[in-house]
Amino acid sequence: MAVRAADEPVPTPDAPTVGDRSRLGALAGELVRFSRRNTLAAMGGFVGLLIVCVALAAPLLAPRDPLKADFRRMNKPPDAQSLLGTDQVGRDTLSRVIYGARTSLFVAFSAVILGTTVGSLWGVACGYLRGRFDLVSQRIMEILQAFPDLILAMAISMAMGTGLSAVILAIAITRIPFGGRVIRSVALSVREMPYVEAGRASGASALRVMVYHVLPQCLAPYLVLATTHLGVAIVIEAALGFLGVGVPPPTPTWGNMLADSITALVPPWWLAFFPGLAITVTVLAFNLLGDGIRDTLDPRLSPAFLRMMAGGRRR
Amino acid sequence: MRKYLARRAAYAVVTLLGVSLSVFVILRILPGDPLVAILGVEGHAQMRPADRERIMADLGLSDPLPVQYARWLGDIATGQLGKSFFRGDTVAELILHRGPISAEIGVLALIVSWLVGLPVGILSAFKPNSLPDGVARAMSILFLAIPGFWLGMLIVLALLFWFGYKAPIIIVHFWENPWQNLQIVLGPAIVLGLAQGAYIARMARSCLLEVIGEDFVRTARAKGLREGLVVMRHALPNALLPVITISGVLLGFVLGGSVAVEQAFGVPGLGRSLVVSVIERDIIVVQNLVLLYAVIFVLVNVLVDLSYAWLDPRIRYS
Repeated sequence: MAVRAADEPVPTPDAPTVGDRSRLGALAGELVRFSRRNTLAAMGGFVGLLIVCVALAAPLLAPRDPLKADFRRMNKPPDAQSLLGTDQVGRDTLSRVIYGARTSLFVAFSAVILGTTVGSLWGVACGYLRGRFDLVSQRIMEILQAFPDLILAMAISMAMGTGLSAVILAIAITRIPFGGRVIRSVALSVREMPYVEAGRASGASALRVMVYHVLPQCLAPYLVLATTHLGVAIVIEAALGFLGVGVPPPTPTWGNMLADSITALVPPWWLAFFPGLAITVTVLAFNLLGDGIRDTLDPRLSPAFLRMMAGGRRR
Repeated sequence: MRKYLARRAAYAVVTLLGVSLSVFVILRILPGDPLVAILGVEGHAQMRPADRERIMADLGLSDPLPVQYARWLGDIATGQLGKSFFRGDTVAELILHRGPISAEIGVLALIVSWLVGLPVGILSAFKPNSLPDGVARAMSILFLAIPGFWLGMLIVLALLFWFGYKAPIIIVHFWENPWQNLQIVLGPAIVLGLAQGAYIARMARSCLLEVIGEDFVRTARAKGLREGLVVMRHALPNALLPVITISGVLLGFVLGGSVAVEQAFGVPGLGRSLVVSVIERDIIVVQNLVLLYAVIFVLVNVLVDLSYAWLDPRIRYS
């Protein structure tokens, strides 16, 4: 990578009068450069985007109603009428997998954004304020991390009375310590930088320094954290559904479908195979994207990419 | 070393107390009456208030929460652990009966992950960016993405379809019938072990590559040692430390994952009990089992830290 970095053009300073158009062009340029360097990550990003589109357009794409039972067509293997077969009550597997993407992605995105954001803000406060607050917070995070993820999520989801919001909250809570730990260490090093000290010296309050000076520096690690945890969140959601403590049926989720499939004495293979394949492909896509973003942002926190993420503005 | 040990143990005790308190709080904020969960809505409505109170008192659920918590800690100290709402057996019996199966799965998974992950990682690091390295990395990326419980389901299905084989679904301990016991635990152990093996391979590769770039490795090469000896004797021991740490962290995935994987294989282990008790809202069983998993996780990480200190004198003496 170090060799490649040499042919990277010198970043041109933003001219004050450039319109939105050239900013969009610059963004496209950054994206092209990112994908040329990280082919796998770009592929992951593309597939992930595709899955997001499928989830958004589910009503248009699904050939049939995912909840409509058809007792004339129960347990049918894949054929021309239902491409991925039907389940025990004749619901179309393809439609259910497509609608399942909605639930899975909605839960995963909400949980990761919620958990990582709460964790990160907490981490900034810990790293900047230090002292007793930090000490107590660290113990709390240690306690949260003492539970295996899935088991903590199960207990919380059960306590909240299994439902969409319970599952989101349960997964989000398991993500908090990761955000807290990483962002805290960033904040710890940022707070010693001269410009932060300058802010403090000019009489800015702790809150103001944190929001205007420390927080922007945490954007890159935040993005890395969020993307790398998407895959984990999807797996936890599916596992909760599989174990019967996730989003309750009849809502089609990939985990619920897998749980349905093993209730049969001889489970039909298409019911066991396709929802799991959907999980695997989605997790794979987000993992690859996350790895690529980490490789790009982590080593030197490339300023060009940061600028792209911050929308072309520069402080 | 003794000081380090004491400090580490003290931290672990504090963490575990916090863990038990949070388990307790999480499970007591449950909306709804535990009696409704036990008797069903109708049964609960038909019962006289006096009877309800009596049963609640019998179950120890009518005392103030701090009293309940203190009693639970006392129960843990004496190894009693309380009773299931639905079944006659105590939680301690449940753990003794089913625990060995889950423990076996965990230990075997760990062994599989090292047996698979380490050689693959070494192979990758030997010739980075070669074809074997590419294949190994692709496989590890793939196995990190496949959910263990799904892989487990597919294995069970494939064995059933093609060989008409189904593993025993009763509890058979190793000392009773080793062959039947292995049929129960081997599947889950391999599935869990492969996923962890993928992490270990990844970690071993990057650590080895880092160490191989260091001066003492160059010296070893310069004095004419064979490449194999350089890697195995000089580089590997130094690269192993992070791999051991990650192994402790990974145990969290094994513990959590084993719950789902046991369900997929239909293994009658502790994970199954946890799932059943969560669905039945059997609070006493859930709180003890969740605590048990957390205790194991914390203890193993203490052991990992200690082994780390033992292997690396810099930590011991600082």
